[in-house]
Amino acid sequence: MSVTTSSSLPSEALTAGQLPKHTAIAMLVVAVAITAGVLALFGAAGPASVIVVGALLFLVAMFALSGAVEGIRKAKDRMARYVVTGFFIIALFPLVSLIWQTIAKGLERMDAQFFSYSMRNVIGEGGGAVHAIWGTLIVTGIAGLISVPIGLFTAIYLVEYSGRGRLAAAIRFFVDVMTGIPSIVAGLFAYTLFSFVFGPGTNSGFAGAIALSVLMIPTVVRSVEEMLRLVPNELREASYALGVPKWRTIAKVVLPTALAGIVTGVVLSVARVIGETAPLLVTAGITSSLNVNPFADPMATLPVFVYYQYITPGVPQDPFYARAWAGALTLILIVMGLNAIGRLIAWKFAPKTGR
Amino acid sequence: MSTTDAEATTSQPNDTTDDLTSLRHSRRRFGDKVFKGISSGSGTLILVILAAVATFLVGLSIPALTADAEDLQYGEFWSYALPFAFGTVWAATLAMVFAVPVAIGIALFISHYAPRRLAQGLGYIIDLLAAVPSVVFGLWGINTLAPMMRPLYVWLADNFGELPVLGWFFTGPVSGTGRTILTAALVLAVMVLPIITAISREVFLQTPRLHEEASLALGATRWEMIRQAVLPFGTPGIVSACMLGLGRALGETMAIAMVLSPAAVIHFELLTSSNPNTIAGNIALAFPEAFGLGINQLIATGLVLFIITLAVNMTARWVLSRRKEFSGAN
Amino acid sequence: MKIRLTAALGLSAALLLSACAANEGTPAPADSATGSAATDGSAPASDLQGTISGKGSSAMNSAQTTWIAKFQEANPGVTVNYAPDGSGAGREAFMGAGVDFAGSDRAFKLDENVAGASSLCADDSIAYDLPIYVSPIAVIFNLEGVDELNLDPDTLAGIFKGDITKWNDPKIAALNEGVELPDMDITAVHRSDDSGTTENFTDYLNKTAPSVWDNEADGEWTYEGGEAAKGTSGVVAAVTNGTGTIGYADASQAGELSVAKIGKDGNFFGPTAEDAAKAVDVSPMEDGRDANDLAINLDRGAEGYGIVLVAYAMACAEYADPAKAELVKAYLGYVASEQGQNDAAEGAGSAPLAEGLREKVLAAIDSIK
Repeated sequence: MSVTTSSSLPSEALTAGQLPKHTAIAMLVVAVAITAGVLALFGAAGPASVIVVGALLFLVAMFALSGAVEGIRKAKDRMARYVVTGFFIIALFPLVSLIWQTIAKGLERMDAQFFSYSMRNVIGEGGGAVHAIWGTLIVTGIAGLISVPIGLFTAIYLVEYSGRGRLAAAIRFFVDVMTGIPSIVAGLFAYTLFSFVFGPGTNSGFAGAIALSVLMIPTVVRSVEEMLRLVPNELREASYALGVPKWRTIAKVVLPTALAGIVTGVVLSVARVIGETAPLLVTAGITSSLNVNPFADPMATLPVFVYYQYITPGVPQDPFYARAWAGALTLILIVMGLNAIGRLIAWKFAPKTGR
Repeated sequence: MSTTDAEATTSQPNDTTDDLTSLRHSRRRFGDKVFKGISSGSGTLILVILAAVATFLVGLSIPALTADAEDLQYGEFWSYALPFAFGTVWAATLAMVFAVPVAIGIALFISHYAPRRLAQGLGYIIDLLAAVPSVVFGLWGINTLAPMMRPLYVWLADNFGELPVLGWFFTGPVSGTGRTILTAALVLAVMVLPIITAISREVFLQTPRLHEEASLALGATRWEMIRQAVLPFGTPGIVSACMLGLGRALGETMAIAMVLSPAAVIHFELLTSSNPNTIAGNIALAFPEAFGLGINQLIATGLVLFIITLAVNMTARWVLSRRKEFSGAN
Repeated sequence: MKIRLTAALGLSAALLLSACAANEGTPAPADSATGSAATDGSAPASDLQGTISGKGSSAMNSAQTTWIAKFQEANPGVTVNYAPDGSGAGREAFMGAGVDFAGSDRAFKLDENVAGASSLCADDSIAYDLPIYVSPIAVIFNLEGVDELNLDPDTLAGIFKGDITKWNDPKIAALNEGVELPDMDITAVHRSDDSGTTENFTDYLNKTAPSVWDNEADGEWTYEGGEAAKGTSGVVAAVTNGTGTIGYADASQAGELSVAKIGKDGNFFGPTAEDAAKAVDVSPMEDGRDANDLAINLDRGAEGYGIVLVAYAMACAEYADPAKAELVKAYLGYVASEQGQNDAAEGAGSAPLAEGLREKVLAAIDSIK
């Protein structure tokens, strides 16, 4: 917080009143202390109530103080900063709690066996998720291969070719509708489609990939469209002025400029579907053996693996739960890896801008 | 029809900028044609996929909608589906009420308040949250969030349960496990948070530097600058982000199925054991044991969800269309 | 940070790169293990070859996992798949010939089980319902300071129906002399998903306490009120994390929770394997069925622990494909054997079938063509 304060604007010099640098921190301590004292008098002091009431008291007191000393505009500015920071801290809580829980419980089984064994012929302890890890990589990979090109080119069409056309309006509207397809309905759709074509009750990794594509395409289109839209028109016009054809302008100017955002969008959409459980439950199914052929037989995936390990454990339950958490942690690690790769790509290939 | 439409809009700039030799002209036009063909083809393909999904939904719903109530596994369709439809909208609304301000706050914090080095790391961590499988959200909801929220729920019911309007929401008896619709909405909010945050953040970062600096140069405080330059610029992006988040909130299946303690009721009570279930959650709960027309009936509820989403999106489009959309490409 | 993450990913990628599982032998048999082609017989202990798949009840998933592992060990040429998609899904897939056998928490109804109904079976063949999995359903509770609780059917029904709302209700107190019951609200947790466990539990209440529990047995909860949770694990989690909670779950999953004893007139039984098997053993078969179609008409009020779940395997009396018949016969034959039942008791905590019933099941399996 002190960093942001010190990097404030030259307008400081023009303002007469100015609160000392550490007023906010001091005020926060005082507010929490007062709250704790008062609440303790009424016998209602718990950690949660002290923090909540203390934070409110801090906001009110700071606003009053800053309003009196620095003027109302500065006070509002401070308020905005504290509220925004506060929201951030609020959001950190579930995040830390979730990640912590997963790491703490998942580490127990993050051993070599987990990454080298499947569940074939495993009863009780031991076993691993290598079949599910492969399944997740294959299913998500195919879904990505289907969705990213379709999504990317659709976004290009929307932004570059037909900003106001009727087809574009229709696509834009129905892409929004598509974001609302519940994941389980996407799964049922793929399941029914494949039952229709290949006979009833068929499970395969490819069916899972189709279900995930239905969920993934709209996310890709929406985020890529947003990013392409933000590329300044001046860049395009400059390119046209040099006689560069439109398609080369898009490929060489527009896409590279928006690359960082596009990669974020794609990684986000992969992350969105890689943890989907319900559609894979009905399409890809579950098996305890390794299956790397996406076109035949059930294929285990990490979310489904986690689901069944947790929902239908044997006796004793502990090894099943440990495998479930280790599977969840593995999934997060995979996405972290994807994210890192995505950022690396964005950082390496994106043109250097002012930022 | 669609291609000629698009042709008309794009041919003009090409005509005006082209005064090169016919050979280069045709080659260029060929490249453009291919590129445009692929692009519009992809767009059309999406419509085809959606049409296929819609056909599937409608086709399999019809038997359930036309059958007699006695033949249906779950009884008369509309009285069966209505509580779920209500629950879906109610849970998603609550989730968005929690998630949107917080998400925009985080996005602003990362883009305009936090030191740059810190901001990158923080953005990365928030993105990670998008990767957590819904089953884990469910487990976290049951094992961590619900027991922790219960004392707060008891307090809310004790203090606000008897009041005139607030009583609708906070009346008791409080659920013994805390697995209420409020908890489910909080879990949903955490799930959609990374989606809204990530997109809003990217949009905020794209605010033209010149706009920001012009605002600051006129003596605006940071907050005034954000209100004058960043937020107006980012509004369409925020709305898009919220739509994506809402899509997930409406359709989330497994986390709801695990966290919520459902019953076939319609009310606004936030703290009791009887909560309206969502459509997606109900499908997950009932589908494994459904047979015959029951399957069609569940798919028909999926169609209802589809229509709800359609309606929400149309409303959002209508609201947005009343504001002029900003686009660098226009 | 970034470098370390990339390194970690690289490491796991390297571990995975070979696309094989260490416990599945060399890659080639691993491939055949998934069922595409099991022709390269590598000197198995038995000469059975091929793949069969089943689908159905999730209640017996852990038992099926155990059976499959043991069976595949003894017959390396065979792969058995079992998808715990739910009983309804299993029965649908069986009728549509999507699987080779089904697992279900209830038997086929008589009008469902007509000759030639399933295209999996020969034209004039019915399906056999074979009870293979018996599990007592425990009444679990979480009440500080109380470890033992006796309940009779009327009281149990009253609690779950919502008529009895306090732990120190006189009806509970009368059954538990000497236990100090707190003045606390009862939170009764039932299953939110449609399940065979609920159907058996409500069937028990309806048969033994009809004056209180006036709704018929149903897989879905038919009364308003009460707390609901998804799946056995969800109920266990809700009961564990709540206060003053009570619920019902497969006895093997009760874990550390306290378990109530059920009975009347001073005779209370816990959900033990013996008492559950006893209750099943004395129950008659359903009338009007084929001699080998073994649907049990559970006598809930009989001596023993009446809240039991009996899950069935469904197989054709005569398969259209004799090769499938051979595999299904071998697999179910092992499942219903004494060894198979004991393996499941160890791996899944089920109650082994009593001797008399087991002989009948084996005889039925033997007649499968």
